[in-house]
Amino acid sequence: MRVVVASGKGGTGKTLVAANLAAVVSGSREVVLVDCDVEEPNLHLFFPSETKTLPVLADVPVFDQLRCDHCGECARTCQYGAIVVLPQKNLFFPEMCHGCGGCEITCPQGAISMRKREVGRVEFSRPRCHLTLISGVLNEREVAAPRVIREALLYAGGHPLVICDAPPGTACPLVETLEGADYCVLVTEPTPFGLHDLSLAAGVADVLGVPAGVVINRSMGEDGMVREFCRSKNIPVLWTIPFDRRIAELANDGKLLADGVPGIRELFLGLFAKVSGRGEPGA
Amino acid sequence: MVMIICITSKGPKSFDLVEERFGRSPYFLFRDTGKDDFEPVANKFADAAGGVGPRAAQVLVDRGAKVLITGNVGGNALSVIQAAGIEVFRYRDGGSVEDAFQKYQKGLLEKMA
Ligand code: SF4
Ligand code: SF4
Repeated sequence: MRVVVASGKGGTGKTLVAANLAAVVSGSREVVLVDCDVEEPNLHLFFPSETKTLPVLADVPVFDQLRCDHCGECARTCQYGAIVVLPQKNLFFPEMCHGCGGCEITCPQGAISMRKREVGRVEFSRPRCHLTLISGVLNEREVAAPRVIREALLYAGGHPLVICDAPPGTACPLVETLEGADYCVLVTEPTPFGLHDLSLAAGVADVLGVPAGVVINRSMGEDGMVREFCRSKNIPVLWTIPFDRRIAELANDGKLLADGVPGIRELFLGLFAKVSGRGEPGA
Repeated sequence: MVMIICITSKGPKSFDLVEERFGRSPYFLFRDTGKDDFEPVANKFADAAGGVGPRAAQVLVDRGAKVLITGNVGGNALSVIQAAGIEVFRYRDGGSVEDAFQKYQKGLLEKMA
């Protein structure tokens, strides 16, 4: 089963829920936790541990200046504006290149060949005895977030229990993370902004056919708007985390809650029971 | 000296307003300083998903423009334009292409690059 913890925007406690859920569940079974927030991965802050790293490579063209006659075919072929041909030289913008190889095929002079370039990396660690952490990290100024996410998920593929911390927003990176998942936990705050982002993220899950449930963080009690929304969309509210200074402090320090908040372990286990009851394929 | 000037424009005519965005400009109006009228070229990348700046810059390079008058040029497009030796002048007065051209000829526009 693969569970994605998402929120539509950052700062709602999504990472807090993903980290603690994985930590608590790993008390009794093997868990792979994947940080798909590749532009700002921070799950590792909760699990300091030695890491091993593999690069994420993308294909980019190299130009043979001796063969190139600056005909401009490659620039006309590239849909991403990564090549501009000047009368005397070619300009290439690696961070715009999608590695499709179209320019190589199209060049009449055979002046283009593809080579590998590092756009990010995947870091592996084993911070607890039943927990593996896989973090996707996008290099600075790169745009290929979905590619790094895909690669991080690839290493977790086929594992019986995978928990993913989704990237914020509702664009391609979230789609890449959610696609093919068995369940989506949407973490939200009971504010108008929170509700707006929740509805967008819930929309993405719906389009991708991933069943979803809501966790309300920093609840002030009633949470009328969020509950109303969930009722109208037929999305269950799985759990409500009350506003609690200790939770906020521990989370700020990058500490796990189970060690400092009595009774919270059982609550996370309860959340997991609900999620696995709904998300287990065939359940 | 005769040279080719390009002005980003919201429409195909010289009385249309100058478009301040470069890559997403709907039209490029080219004018040969030796001639009296503008030649409009529709920007087919105006609504493209990405890479609009460099692709638009390629259009200028292909037409041999030496001067660009626009509101603003993004990083990648700017490096193309600099590498191609095209001068950029900023126009933000909200007027027509003709107005921008007149001000350029009088030396009233600020040079960006
Ligand atoms: S298509 Fe080949 S020959 Fe033509 S400009 Fe590109 S690299 Fe040069
Ligand atoms: S590989 Fe594809 S995206 Fe990259 S420069 Fe060539 S045509 Fe453009």
